[in-house]
Amino acid sequence: MHDIVNAAANFINLDIVNITYLFLVGFVGGLVSGFIGSGGAFVLTPGMMSLGVPGLVAVASNMCHKFPKALVGALKRAKYGQVDVKLGIVLGISAEAGVLYGAHIQESIKKTFGDAGSNLYVSVAFVAILGIVGTFVLRDAWKTYKSGSTHEEEKVTKIAKWVQSINIPGTMVYFKSLNARISVLFTIPLGFATGMLAATIAVGGFIGVPAMIYVLGAPSLMASATELVIAFVMGLGGSFKYAMSGLVDIRLAMVILGGSLFGIQLGAIGTTYVKPFMIKVVMGVIMVTVLFSRALMVPVYMSQLGLIGQLGDTTVKALKSTSFAIMIFALALGAFIVLKAMWQGRQAEKMAAQKAVSHGKV
Amino acid sequence: MGSGYGKKKPVGKMAIMGIVSIALYAAMLLNQDIINDYLGRGGLYAVLPIAIAFIFSFVHGSFTGDFWTVMGVEAAKKKKEVK
Repeated sequence: MHDIVNAAANFINLDIVNITYLFLVGFVGGLVSGFIGSGGAFVLTPGMMSLGVPGLVAVASNMCHKFPKALVGALKRAKYGQVDVKLGIVLGISAEAGVLYGAHIQESIKKTFGDAGSNLYVSVAFVAILGIVGTFVLRDAWKTYKSGSTHEEEKVTKIAKWVQSINIPGTMVYFKSLNARISVLFTIPLGFATGMLAATIAVGGFIGVPAMIYVLGAPSLMASATELVIAFVMGLGGSFKYAMSGLVDIRLAMVILGGSLFGIQLGAIGTTYVKPFMIKVVMGVIMVTVLFSRALMVPVYMSQLGLIGQLGDTTVKALKSTSFAIMIFALALGAFIVLKAMWQGRQAEKMAAQKAVSHGKV
Repeated sequence: MGSGYGKKKPVGKMAIMGIVSIALYAAMLLNQDIINDYLGRGGLYAVLPIAIAFIFSFVHGSFTGDFWTVMGVEAAKKKKEVK
């Protein structure tokens, strides 16, 4: 009984201001997720915690809003023929294992080094992975833009060609997004890494989507749509695990879902108007911006662990709020690029339709 | 805004799903104490939040999808990207 009382005490009071805030953040997060397959969730955990929600409840509730959102997004993008369900499920299952292992590592770090140690680990993972992958994705998008080949079909990378050329009997599976048979032995570590990242920074897609594009050879649009299937599989398993411990605050999850379903539908529609390299632009821009947000927090945790000298209270406060502001900015910037690209795409379509009418083609 | 080329918009369906969605949210927010109590128990009660999430995603997902269609925001007509 005590446990029940304690668990219920984890759930904060919801007033109209909190509800509006969560709804709006949910909308923007959903918009980005619908477009790049993931990436809207990283702001929600700290966002909820800023309302006084305990860390684990925030993580659990975030996950419980993520899987229904990913489901709706995946169904929508499947209508546009962008989803490779088989690849999503195969990667999703190994991602689930990655989530469990990632959570286990988190727990042991927390036990050994305390909260500051675990926060430092999360921040360093953020900075390292977002730095490497984000820069790579952004550079690739920039190169495509500079070369003026934004209309052409995306080229399959050398690594992907090599992966597709390897034949390991008994493990080969055909995936329609790759239009090739590849060994599932390649998908397992990629899914696992996606899950581990999801357990660590709440966004597995920052590994999952680039991995599908650059290592397996999937087109950007299909990779980002298929990521929604992975997110659904991971989120469903993860939510159930947390719900078993009574940590899911369904009110928070559903209020965020209220906003994010408006967003995810819009983001999914947006993908039909843009050139595929825009997926990489949005993803890279968000990754590199968020990187700065987390990098600012590294000295805070290092000082808490006694690795560097003590920081003053004002400095810590300033770093914390700047870090959170940059995170919100990253998401808003991503949403802005999505909406702008969509608007331009719609205008171009309307002009083309008008032209067709005036030429008597319709 | 309309780009439906005379296609019928799902106004009725959107309205029904919208009302059901609002009713679900109202029911949830008006019964917070009971819901928190059950969900905080954990164990097999874990199926409850999962079931609730699926119901909301079906109803609210259908509503939000139709909402944008009614607003005139639809997917690009051409399969290929716009130049």
